[in-house]
Amino acid sequence: MAFDKMELRDVEVWDGNFAAAQAMRQVQIDVVAAYPITPSTPIVEGYAKFLADGYVEGEFVMVESEHAAMSGCIGASAAGGRVATATSSQGFALMVETLYQASGMRLPIILNVVNRALAAPLNVNGDHSDMYLGRDSGWIQLDAYSPQEAYDLNFIAFRVAEDHDVRLPCMVHQDGFMTSHTAQGVNTLTDDQAYGFVGDFKPMNDMLDFDHPVTHGVQTEEDWHFEHKARQHNDLMTKVLPKVQAAFDDFEALTGRKYNIVESYDMDDADVAVICMGTSVETAREVAKEMRTQGIKAGVVGLRVFRPFPFEQIKEALKGAKAIATLDRSSPNGAPGALFNEIAGTLYNTESRALLSGYVYGLGGRDLTKQHLVDLYTELQANVDAGKVTTPLQQFIGVRGPKLAFL
Amino acid sequence: MSEIKKIKNLKEFSTSADRFEGANLLCPGCAHSIIVREVLNATNDDLVLAASTGCLEVCTAVYPYTSWDASWIHIGFENGSTAVAGAEAMHKALKTKGRLKQPDRNPKFVAFGGDGASYDIGFQWISGCFERGHDMMYVVLDNEVYANTGGQRSSSTPIGSSATTSPAGRVSYGEKQNKKDMMAIMAAHGSPYVAQVSPNKWKDMVKKIQHGMSVEGPVFINAVSACTTEWKFAPEDTMAITDLATDSLVFPLYEIINGTELNITYRPKNVVPVEEYLAAQGRFKHLFKDEYKYLIKEWQERVDAKWDYLQRREEARV
Repeated sequence: MAFDKMELRDVEVWDGNFAAAQAMRQVQIDVVAAYPITPSTPIVEGYAKFLADGYVEGEFVMVESEHAAMSGCIGASAAGGRVATATSSQGFALMVETLYQASGMRLPIILNVVNRALAAPLNVNGDHSDMYLGRDSGWIQLDAYSPQEAYDLNFIAFRVAEDHDVRLPCMVHQDGFMTSHTAQGVNTLTDDQAYGFVGDFKPMNDMLDFDHPVTHGVQTEEDWHFEHKARQHNDLMTKVLPKVQAAFDDFEALTGRKYNIVESYDMDDADVAVICMGTSVETAREVAKEMRTQGIKAGVVGLRVFRPFPFEQIKEALKGAKAIATLDRSSPNGAPGALFNEIAGTLYNTESRALLSGYVYGLGGRDLTKQHLVDLYTELQANVDAGKVTTPLQQFIGVRGPKLAFL
Repeated sequence: MSEIKKIKNLKEFSTSADRFEGANLLCPGCAHSIIVREVLNATNDDLVLAASTGCLEVCTAVYPYTSWDASWIHIGFENGSTAVAGAEAMHKALKTKGRLKQPDRNPKFVAFGGDGASYDIGFQWISGCFERGHDMMYVVLDNEVYANTGGQRSSSTPIGSSATTSPAGRVSYGEKQNKKDMMAIMAAHGSPYVAQVSPNKWKDMVKKIQHGMSVEGPVFINAVSACTTEWKFAPEDTMAITDLATDSLVFPLYEIINGTELNITYRPKNVVPVEEYLAAQGRFKHLFKDEYKYLIKEWQERVDAKWDYLQRREEARV
């Protein structure tokens, strides 16, 4: 190989951005087309430096917008090679048109999304508005709660997306600043281990195979559009989760680090449960542990895969809970909250029909404190004791001014 | 470039193997297919093609059919240029890494867009591609209107033209703005080659396409594409209208090399008055009312001034 390998210590101190950049280096991406945006900028800066220092070979196309970044990634991916980029927030929003095109053309592009609020008002800090904006775009969405996970899930993403049975693009999410800019010890893979886990890129229907020309991005109307979308949906619903699970299993065999499609914490006998994503999962686990010492049987469910939505695994994880709170880190903008709706839909036909309430928290980087969660678990226990939801369906956690509660 | 097609006459040219099938849904009389055929016929090299959303795209890749016997991609209205740039970057990366399936092949990367996709919505993407210097050709099928969506004005629509969003009416003569000068803008990007072409002057076009494909870097081609539907003329008159366009100097044929060296490549023996070009098309019909005749005079003055400017620049070599 014409590039140099990098000697890593077994444990490096990396933030989530640098962890993602290191993963992108180790899988030796062929083309990165990118446009910088806070807080994801250091990912492509890191990649550019690896390129400048000769640790990676490939083309780095510094385009003029996020829309062009994904457009370039689509052209590059259709030409038949390994492709990735990164973005956040407004940049993600500008990309949205092309996100649908990438998944509709079945191109295995990897997008590291460092989650951040959407303007207005302008805000550079983390919430899940952009993650939710991408939820119908046909991409696989994996969620990392820490720098370690941002690193590890990149390998899972490449492996699943590039599988010829899947051929769908994949996002790896991490929380803006809380994960992206917080340095922690990260257990590393050697370059050979990392590349070996993902394997060589195997092109399919690539535009550079001149003996077999292909047409990408056709027009379909009412006679074929439905079939294309239904097939894409079918593959998301039936093929992706088994592939993700298999990749998790192999990754555990390689590293000893175990991931689950739905991360259950103390759910075996839990009466009250919180279901959430991102860094709040770790906070909730800490609080659940403390609630147990007070006699409240608390548990936490973290979504590791947001799309495709793991209905069965969630049902299984929540089957014993009597009262459940969903934590939405996105402005609901006129609805009960995206996660609330999805969990409600998932649980509607279950026998337990647990008491469900929705909480909105942490918009624009607002902290979710342990006390917030203590109060929340206490409310859930009160619901359990009363045998009904005694609180409003939707509440806002920690917003200043009059208490906001609806429905 | 591998062996360039040895083309002696139009008959040979039109019957040589080509990669754009006659089977497509473009309007009878549409110049798009003629231009695309002439561009693709100018090279024997492998091609990676993109089209922006527009007439060409919606009429040539309707699943489960395709009119393209070469690799082709469409993403959106605005990013045909960047799609090809991405593919070009991948080709470069795989070449560096020694992973090309067919390393002996020498592909050319070409994007097509209409004037709406190029002058307007896709302008930023083209500008980005040209600034970054991708080895690609961008061809505008310039029919001066959003034909695919039913005839709305674009920034290429000429003054006095009646379009559906700038209609001529009781108190309006139609489009109020002058056509954007994309040739000058793209030359200013430092492109190694920028040229205006017309399908009726096919030898001139082939020469320019071949020159464009032989240089390294982003090449811009603006092709006049007469639109029977929106310009409102009979389908069989496409080439006659195009002859009027080039011979009236409304569409002068010239090239700009390295942003400075301007060459006029076609000088009509008998220059036709602009009035004849306008009179042949329904979109300018209202200009012949008494109150708007001054606009025809202004049209002629503008075309004369532009021709004078081009000749001065050619002479000055700046």
